[in-house]
Amino acid sequence: MGAKIGMWLFLLTELLLFGGMFLIYGAYRYMNNEDFHAAGQGMNTIIGAFNTVILLTSSLTVAMSITALQKGNKRLSITLLGFTIFFAVWFLINKYFEWSHEIRNGIYPKSPELLNRSQGEILFFGLYYVMTGIHGIHVIIGIVILSFMVSFIARDKVTPADYSKLENSGLYWHLVDIIWIFLFPLFYLLR
Amino acid sequence: MADHVIHGNYVDFYDEKGPHKGILAWILTTDHKRIGLMYLIALTTFFCIGATIGVLMRLEMLTQGRTIMGPQTYNSLFTLHGLIMIFLFVIPGIPAVFGNFFLPIMLGAKDVAFPRLNLLSWWLYITGGVFAVLSLFLAGGPIDTGWTFYVPYSLRTGTDVSWMILAAFILGFSSILTGLNFITTIHRLRAPGMGWFRMPLFAWSLYATAWIQLIATPIVGITLALVAIERLFGVGLFDPALGGDPILYQHMFWIYSHPAVYIMILPAMGVVSEIIPTFAHRTIFGYKAVAISSLAIAFVGYFVWGHHMFSSGMSDTSRWIFSLFTFLVAIPSAVKVFNWTATLYKGSIDLQAPLLFVLAFIFVFSIGGLTGLVLGALATDIHLTDTYFVVAHFHFVVFGGTGFIFFAALHYWFPKMFGKLYNDNVAKVAVSLITLGFLMLYFTFFILGYEGMPRRYYDYLPQYHGLHVFATVGSWVMISGFIVMFINLFKAFKSGKRAGMNPWGGMTLEWTVPSPPPLENFEEIPVITHGPYDYHAQEEAKEKQEEFNHSAEDEK
Ligand code: HEM
Ligand SMILES: [Cu+2]
Repeated sequence: MGAKIGMWLFLLTELLLFGGMFLIYGAYRYMNNEDFHAAGQGMNTIIGAFNTVILLTSSLTVAMSITALQKGNKRLSITLLGFTIFFAVWFLINKYFEWSHEIRNGIYPKSPELLNRSQGEILFFGLYYVMTGIHGIHVIIGIVILSFMVSFIARDKVTPADYSKLENSGLYWHLVDIIWIFLFPLFYLLR
Repeated sequence: MADHVIHGNYVDFYDEKGPHKGILAWILTTDHKRIGLMYLIALTTFFCIGATIGVLMRLEMLTQGRTIMGPQTYNSLFTLHGLIMIFLFVIPGIPAVFGNFFLPIMLGAKDVAFPRLNLLSWWLYITGGVFAVLSLFLAGGPIDTGWTFYVPYSLRTGTDVSWMILAAFILGFSSILTGLNFITTIHRLRAPGMGWFRMPLFAWSLYATAWIQLIATPIVGITLALVAIERLFGVGLFDPALGGDPILYQHMFWIYSHPAVYIMILPAMGVVSEIIPTFAHRTIFGYKAVAISSLAIAFVGYFVWGHHMFSSGMSDTSRWIFSLFTFLVAIPSAVKVFNWTATLYKGSIDLQAPLLFVLAFIFVFSIGGLTGLVLGALATDIHLTDTYFVVAHFHFVVFGGTGFIFFAALHYWFPKMFGKLYNDNVAKVAVSLITLGFLMLYFTFFILGYEGMPRRYYDYLPQYHGLHVFATVGSWVMISGFIVMFINLFKAFKSGKRAGMNPWGGMTLEWTVPSPPPLENFEEIPVITHGPYDYHAQEEAKEKQEEFNHSAEDEK
């Protein structure tokens, strides 16, 4: 029981960490509305939407994996976690293509192309790289945690009788998903 | 009470044989008491380093012009002094040392909720501390931004800001984990019968503090991380040259760092609420008011950060709103001070060293609090901001508050932690020297500041000379007090008389276990039947017992 309270409290701090960045985004958007608008035009909404679907699905597979373990189906639980990890990697691959596309177009911190643009656009892309970057780091951490869970279940360290570790990892993964659901409209839809 | 009476076979936590030996038995321990002691060693070490730097700064100010160092060294020293004192001493301070050691015992628990996480917090603290020290030797030299890392200077300076920020980030993580652990412990591990309003006030204060640690720290974490990212990649989120807004940085920084002031002071207030009933032999006046005022201070504390920015460019409306809220914090703080005084009033007071520290604290802290109102008022702040008045104010609050009570707590719980008694008279001499030196040093700063001496300057105009000399002499008096204090405690540790279970006649649970406590604190988890400071019930029980004894004698 204690473990679950602890996990919720930790997720609260994670939310506040991103909350700080959302606050900065809000402040700068308020100050540079036009520029943010213009910068948002260039974003690839299709990839963004696609990634949203991928993450939502991965949240589903994690939840199903927990249920599977509860019901005593070890194999299925591991398979579903495998799918989650697969989706997570896929998300990162898409992100990689997206970022390299921008970078090839000369848009990255301190690039001459970007420095030529308005200050609001510099801020928009600065925030874009920082916020999706930090979110990406969370995805990587999630992959590591979920891989540990796979090995724990395989070695019966996480069992149908004691699955709180898996439950907490699931909660963490949902958080990663939820944060993306906020990032998506801020960078891809608000234009 | 001698301890051999109670437990023939008890082994204290120092002698307990764990899976590891030697130093490993300490640095790999998950026992909350050992972790508390390891924090104690680390924190006092950092305090001594920070204090030495403070004294060196004062020495530089002894005469006009260059005395012992140049301006760049002075800039680095006041930055390091501030960073060490704030991030390595007072913020972890009382919760890390005394919270770890005593919270589980006071709740009637065997350990904190997550013992291994607790050890991880300690390791993170040490790592952060080591990184902070390492950053001194990196290219660029010791950082010179001041402990607030204000942009844009922190983006431009050649000194290695990113390392120090990494250190602060790790320390923040450690602080969050401690808070998370304490909240869970308080929710889950209270002994049977200990309702919320039967919890000792120290536990209440740690509860309020833990919430601030949890809610405020992530925001400064990300803010500082952004400064580092900005230095590394040139993203430009706070750089005015790239459209960033330095004022936004200040907001983000103080949204944490003002509440951090309460991370520092609330646990101290909790300790005071323990010491006063014990030495006045009286139930604390207004228990619920004291408990709730901790939460109220924590809550209002989130809405006052702007008072650090009155002069840096805010709208007039925000200025007066922040000023108003700042004044509101005074109310719950005053509730506490009045309740303490009311408890002392007509108590049968036992003037031992811990109480003497507390009295010094109430005096000094009240001055600190009242001058806080002077700074919270717009007109006077504009005159006094960035002068020695501010330096005086925060030393009165932070040092006179948390610093004094840290040492009060050390004296109060020393017999329990080490099972030894110190020389009370020497301790009293130490308190007096520290307080006298403190007032000579920092009260002078109020006058200097009022007369216009700016802070963070390594030199001054001739009219300030006399006061600077007086303050510097004060720093010597204070330091000699600390030396006397440390020697006294060290001697007690080496060869003090054995302390019994309850040398002061305290009522909370830690005084019902042996000194030093055994590994899991309690042989049997106690069942709580009354509030924590029920001296009244205790008196009655004693009287009944005596009556019983008399009638038993009469019958003979
Ligand atoms: C031995 C005791 C101490 C001495 C002699 C001392 C002295 C000083 C001096 C001379 C300054 C520089 C003022 C200026 O130039 O503006 C200073 C700044 C400061 N002190 Fe202390 N101090 C002591 C203890 C403490 C303690 C215990 C704390 C915290 C609990 C503390 C926190 C600070 C902070 C945060 C600053 C501001 C640094 C800055 O301006 O960036 N000091 N102190
Ligand atoms: Cu403040």
